[in-house]
Amino acid sequence: MRIEISGQTFQSDFVKKVAEISGESVLSCNQCGKCSAGCPMAFAMDWLPNQIIRLVQLGIEEDIAKSKTPWICASCLTCSVRCPRGVDLGRLMEAVRLLTLRRNIDYVAAAKIPPDALGEMPQIALVGGFRKHTA
Amino acid sequence: MDLSYYPGCTLKTKAKGLEAPAVAAMAALGVNLVEISRWNCCGAVYSLADDDLAHHLAPVRNLIRVHEQGADKVSTLCSFCYNTLKRANQLVQRDEVKRRTLNDFMEEEKDYQGEVAVVHLLEVLRDDIGWDNISAKVKVPLQGLRVAPYYGCTLLRPQEIAIDRVERPAILHQLMEAIGAEVVDFPFSTECCGSFQIISNPDSVTQRAWDILSSALKRGAEALVLTCPLCYFNLGQRQAELKQKYIDFTGMPVFYFSQLLALALALDSRVCHLELNYADPLPLLEDKRLLV
Ligand code: SF4
Ligand code: SF4
Repeated sequence: MRIEISGQTFQSDFVKKVAEISGESVLSCNQCGKCSAGCPMAFAMDWLPNQIIRLVQLGIEEDIAKSKTPWICASCLTCSVRCPRGVDLGRLMEAVRLLTLRRNIDYVAAAKIPPDALGEMPQIALVGGFRKHTA
Repeated sequence: MDLSYYPGCTLKTKAKGLEAPAVAAMAALGVNLVEISRWNCCGAVYSLADDDLAHHLAPVRNLIRVHEQGADKVSTLCSFCYNTLKRANQLVQRDEVKRRTLNDFMEEEKDYQGEVAVVHLLEVLRDDIGWDNISAKVKVPLQGLRVAPYYGCTLLRPQEIAIDRVERPAILHQLMEAIGAEVVDFPFSTECCGSFQIISNPDSVTQRAWDILSSALKRGAEALVLTCPLCYFNLGQRQAELKQKYIDFTGMPVFYFSQLLALALALDSRVCHLELNYADPLPLLEDKRLLV
């Protein structure tokens, strides 16, 4: 697959927004891969966590937009406490999610969750899940 | 000793098995948990966005309640509430600009500067009561019960709110030893159970539950002990599906630490709400003669 990288993608609004919302220094990451090595949700992701931050560095917005990874991330912050470069990847994932949610696009529809499953779930799952996955 | 206490929504509904035995056990240990009045939902998850202050209002309001009710410390039981309240408190303490904005927005409240300390009940047991004092009060040591401590995420991460070492925590191990249980260490004890993904991606949680439970089983554990109502749900409720998927798997009881503490103190077991546990713990407890 051919990927177009240019000065424009590097400095795109998208890259700036992710850095601004997350408050993280995106370029600090040196792609060591430690985040992905310990990520408990990596098995269900398409791009690995370190690949997501690489895509953000390069400003390749379309691939991130198509990726399941930020939505599979459980905000466990294992990557955040382990990163040798001090990058809080958990915040970066949140910023990527928010760029979608803030356009009023939900990742999960409450109406699609079976009512008996909903009835059993602890409130922290409901409040937490809807906070992370709905606008 | 009176200690201010924030329960949160889950403890009043789905996690009675965490709250009731904790309140009873603390009373037996000489600590009266005083529920703060007019508390509200803390929002469950701490907002990770730099430009989002609105979601910090709910946890900060709770801390204001604690402060105006005259306490300088609030204890929590729910791991999610602990994390959210503690992080919001640190934000207020450390970020002057955001503190001012939050205080300005909550015009009707008295300014809050982070005066209240947020602690988890496990810290109270360790730091204020002490393992030796707990051991001395144990009437039914949980002898022979092989239990694996499971910490989950929100008591340990991020680093600045961790109640113990981030990578090799010991606090639950120490409590279990203090009440006479046989502690089983296992490599998944601080790994995420999938958390709120139970809403959107439940299959990924089933997989996580299997990774965690099967690892503990392999190490010879008979039960898990934990603190978080969401871990408790994910690792308990998913077992029905796991039994169908893996024929050798017959289920594994999952306990709140407060349930085991109350049993060891020989409190009436009805206070533990063991009937709410997903994998029936009674056969195991009867087999070990731990029910009085
Ligand atoms: S651990 Fe940190 S430096 Fe290493 S790849 Fe992940 S984000 Fe980059
Ligand atoms: S916070 Fe997300 S990306 Fe990081 S380790 Fe946890 S699940 Fe993986």
